Amino acid sequence: MIQIDHAVKTFADGKQAVHTLRDVSLTVEKGDIYGIVGFSGAGKSTLLRLVNGLEKPDSGSVTVAGQDLSGLNHKELLLLRRKIGMVFQQFNLLEGKTVRHNVSIPLLLAGTPKKEIEARVKEVLRFVELEEKENAYVSQLSGGQKQRVGIARALATSPDILLCDEATSALDPQTTESILRLLQRVNREMGVTILLITHQMQVIQMICNKVAVMEYGRIVEEGAVLSVFGIPREKVTRRFVRTVINDRIPEKFISVVRNETRNQRVELLKFIGDSVKEPLIANLCRMEGLEVNILGATIQEMQGSVMSVFILQLIGEDALIDRAEIQIDGAGALRERMVFQA
Amino acid sequence: MTADWQERFKTFFGIKWPKLLESLGQTVYMLGLALLIGAVIGLLLALLLVLCRKGGLKQNRMVYAIVNVYVNIVRSMPFIITLVFVFPLTRLIVGKTYGSTAMLVPLVIFISPYMARLIENSLLEVSPGVIEAAQAMGATTRQIITRFLLPEALPSIVLAMTTGTVGLLGATAMAGYVGGGGVGDLALTYGYQRYNFPLLILTIVILVVFVQLLQLLGNRVSGKLRQHR
Ligand SMILES: Nc1ncnc2c1ncn2[C@@H]1O[C@H](COP(=O)(O)OP(=O)(O)OP(=O)(O)O)[C@@H](O)[C@H]1O
Ligand SMILES: [Mg+2]
Repeated sequence: MIQIDHAVKTFADGKQAVHTLRDVSLTVEKGDIYGIVGFSGAGKSTLLRLVNGLEKPDSGSVTVAGQDLSGLNHKELLLLRRKIGMVFQQFNLLEGKTVRHNVSIPLLLAGTPKKEIEARVKEVLRFVELEEKENAYVSQLSGGQKQRVGIARALATSPDILLCDEATSALDPQTTESILRLLQRVNREMGVTILLITHQMQVIQMICNKVAVMEYGRIVEEGAVLSVFGIPREKVTRRFVRTVINDRIPEKFISVVRNETRNQRVELLKFIGDSVKEPLIANLCRMEGLEVNILGATIQEMQGSVMSVFILQLIGEDALIDRAEIQIDGAGALRERMVFQA
Repeated sequence: MTADWQERFKTFFGIKWPKLLESLGQTVYMLGLALLIGAVIGLLLALLLVLCRKGGLKQNRMVYAIVNVYVNIVRSMPFIITLVFVFPLTRLIVGKTYGSTAMLVPLVIFISPYMARLIENSLLEVSPGVIEAAQAMGATTRQIITRFLLPEALPSIVLAMTTGTVGLLGATAMAGYVGGGGVGDLALTYGYQRYNFPLLILTIVILVVFVQLLQLLGNRVSGKLRQHR
């Protein structure tokens, strides 16, 4: 649906060159909710704006729905943009105008007959659950309602793709969740492919099926959400994953580990979905001469699946712990040895 | 009105009542037409400035530089200099250099760059996010101007025009003195030069009331347009 190949974009900031995108490639399949996460200034917005041609790459190519953007003339590009909705962090609505006016604007621009506009506006407003606000002025709405209007406006022309630039970053957690649920419905019920950028890992966790992590103008890691969350390779990715999945030993227990004089290892275990077929922890406890302490445990739901994280302290002879590790690996858990400096 | 009343008016202010009405008419004529034409030209110049500026929708250094310099030059000239300077042009367009109609030429030339700057500021106040949203919808430049830029900036433009109109009123007084007639001419020729103090006061009162009404109207209209923001 969306394919970006080796995109490079450099801005001139005075005499200095700002390398916003350094060779970025990305493929979004039809039906995806693809999330790009990264810290401020990583180049996320710029990457997103390549997709509807608001930004042109210095080199590399952008293909949307089979069309190479560099091959389109201005008029064709405008037509393509009507098939790509965009939602913004600051909503970017006409605050002094009614909800109806805001939602009908993309249709007016496209020259849609009045009757059709009226019907379509009602339809999308019903979808975002704001029918009763049709005649309200945008300035009278709450942030969450404004974003619903923003989404309704983006959907008015029945686009195939929706681009979301930090669509929930200005909202409180509860409103964020309701907007994310709405985006999920847009994806499932309308079949709209969604490409979103965010700096909140919760957003990715809650609705995305694929994720890419951006840092300094590059995508440093990408893949299915479950696998990236399960085995984050890069440091940034770990930092992001840590914001939703606590894989640290609680402060209180660190001294427990430090003060342990017997031979020990601390292991981080992750189970994804029903990947565990046997009662692993119970089996470990049954091993003769091995002491098992649970230092931390969390469970996270994502992608209709469950990911559980355990931090275990194993105390015993090295040979015994080796056997325990083999048992863990055999049970299908992702295991990582945690190292402590004394 | 009785003849008696008009007689008393003449002895007190030194001019006939119809003369005052005529002057008022001339002022309104110069003000109204110069405003109308000046605002349209000002708006066009402002759009050129905003569209062609760095980072604008139709970035064009050449056009921006030309308009920018033109606006700065005209704005740095005192009106009375502009007035005399454009006499040849006035003669070319109107055929004479005196009378209310002839004065429209220097007035428009004087007020349009001033309007352009004020309107430019109003247009720049429009949230870049709204323009970005418009672009993302596939709006043409023309649609962005008519459906987003102008409607969003309108309340602010009305206030800008009000400020511009008050400035223009001052210029019409000077233009009147040089041969355009109007209330300003009345004050200078009949009031000041003939030491007619009551008339001088009367014209000042008229001008003050004029400005107050204009400002009131401008604020009202702008407020009405801004109502739901
Ligand atoms: N039009 C531009 N002109 C100059 N520099 C730009 C432009 N657009 C983006 N940049 C620079 O590119 C870098 C990345 O910007 P971008 O907006 O893509 O980051 P981002 O990841 O979206 O950040 P944020 O989370 O803060 O929105 C920044 O350093 C920014 O200053
Ligand atoms: Mg951004």
